[in-house]
Amino acid sequence: MTFFYVFGAVAVIASLLVIAQRNPIYSVLLLIASFGALSGLYVLLDAPFVAVTQIIVYAGAIMVLFLFVVMLLNAPHEETEHDEKIHPLRRPGPMRFGAALAVSLLVELLWALTRGNGEPNAFGEASVSSVRTLGRVLFTEYAFAFEVTSVLILVAMVGAVVLAKRDPRAHT
Amino acid sequence: MPTLNDYLVLSAILFAIGTAGVFVRRNLITILLSIEIMLNAVNLSFVAFGRSLGTADGQIIVFFVMTVAAAEAAVGLAIVIGLFRHRESLNPDTFTSLKW
Amino acid sequence: MTPLLIAQIVIVVVVFHALLLSAAAMVWVERRVAAALQQRMGPTRVGWQGLLQPFADVIKLMFKEELRPKAADWFLFALAPIISASCAFAAFAVVPFGAQTTFFGLLGDPLKLQVADVNVAVLVIFAIASMSVYGIVLAGWSSNSKYSLLGGLRSSAQMISYELSYGMALASVLLIGNSLSLTDIVNGQSGYWFHVIPKWFIFLQPVGFLVYLTAGVAETNRAPFDFPEAEQELVAGYHTEYSSMSFAMFFLAEYVNMVTVSAVATDLFLGGWHGPLLPESLGWIWFLIKVGALLFFYVWMRWTLPRYRYDQLMAFGWKILLPLAVVNLLATAAGVLYFGA
Repeated sequence: MTFFYVFGAVAVIASLLVIAQRNPIYSVLLLIASFGALSGLYVLLDAPFVAVTQIIVYAGAIMVLFLFVVMLLNAPHEETEHDEKIHPLRRPGPMRFGAALAVSLLVELLWALTRGNGEPNAFGEASVSSVRTLGRVLFTEYAFAFEVTSVLILVAMVGAVVLAKRDPRAHT
Repeated sequence: MPTLNDYLVLSAILFAIGTAGVFVRRNLITILLSIEIMLNAVNLSFVAFGRSLGTADGQIIVFFVMTVAAAEAAVGLAIVIGLFRHRESLNPDTFTSLKW
Repeated sequence: MTPLLIAQIVIVVVVFHALLLSAAAMVWVERRVAAALQQRMGPTRVGWQGLLQPFADVIKLMFKEELRPKAADWFLFALAPIISASCAFAAFAVVPFGAQTTFFGLLGDPLKLQVADVNVAVLVIFAIASMSVYGIVLAGWSSNSKYSLLGGLRSSAQMISYELSYGMALASVLLIGNSLSLTDIVNGQSGYWFHVIPKWFIFLQPVGFLVYLTAGVAETNRAPFDFPEAEQELVAGYHTEYSSMSFAMFFLAEYVNMVTVSAVATDLFLGGWHGPLLPESLGWIWFLIKVGALLFFYVWMRWTLPRYRYDQLMAFGWKILLPLAVVNLLATAAGVLYFGA
């Protein structure tokens, strides 16, 4: 149980710092820490394959992509001189409303999830953690989704290259 | 032992944090990062439910969500790069030329 | 404190120190082998045949001044070598280096010579290899100097490109090994065909072995793929601004990564700790011999082959090695289907 609290606390605190940090590089690194904590939670849930895939795909590939983009764009600070002095959460106007919306979402979700039917749902004994079973289900029941996903990745790859390419006719 | 409710509460907290990030931050890359937080929160609840029901479906769906998130991050970042080249800024408030 | 727990702690300590010693030994091996290949002597003064040379190097590095550029982001600057070194050591935690042994009857149950036997060991190695990219990227960025940034970005782009072929080579071994656990894969290579040829996977997967070794050399940024850190090209690339112990950490990480790649190649392709003439419980001697042979090969390659230019390197990784790895995977899958093994 302590592992759950430790990993959960790390995930929540790291995510809070991600949205509170000004420097985008620190945001990306904190998000990697959050993903690591989530990977630990997946191990607690008897899903080692998902845990390792989370590290390989999310923390090892997607975040590297984010880091590259942040470094290449040399992402500037988002605010003007005046805004720099006030923290984002204290500014009047749409931001305060947005933060209020997020808090109300949280309250609503917590209310919905904990009303339940009285007793907490403990986990059963049966768990599917072997990669062999996962592979079998993936390639039989979800075979169509698998093939479609591979086409999706191909389309995304082509799209990303085309969108990020410099126009050779322009003088940039 | 943590119960299913514990995992769902954690997932809800992470989802709300991600939503707050999308609303509050004015930096395109941080907004994309907050979307990733939301997707991860959803992944956590999928795996928790899969474990609770004793099937492999939760983990399989997480596999697909991760793949889609990767594709979406790649295309999103390519768009951000294109926008940055145009306006030299990552603040979504500068891209308002079609606003009435 | 049961005997089993004590034995496990002893294994952790032994593995950690063995890796440190192997990095030190690699320093000596590299310099002597390079000297022999270049027909000169190399270091022979410090201790017998120069064996204490690495320790002299470490003492020198410890006494150097730790420089930190003023414009550098101090937190990331300090974090980068820690990430590199930690990932290098962590990857060895799931590599088994010997058969189950009871240490000549001291323990009740046999103990695995492995720090952690997880059943997704191959994926864990891949995951930690993909995390070690961050050490280099952050080192390049946080030094706030253009050589470092270019070297860091190029080096990490190279690493993530060759990770794909690395993973495909691993996948082909999984097809014939039938398990993700390294212990099971090694145990599947015991025995002999026709009493003479050992059942190592290198004979079933020669192309896979070559792809894995090439991708491993590129992953560890060693020659001939070391353009981003070559002295003649980019003034030492991403670790230009580092000095003293931080520089030593990067070097340590590089050598330990070499040892890990060689150890995993030994487990996957060369039969791990199986070998003739020795009993199973002394199999770790064979393991050391095989890993040593691969490390010698690493050093030999560095001082023999010329360096790839960066665009040649990337073209090789994407246009030659990756299709080769995919074709190998398809052929392996067809073979498994046909022969039913």
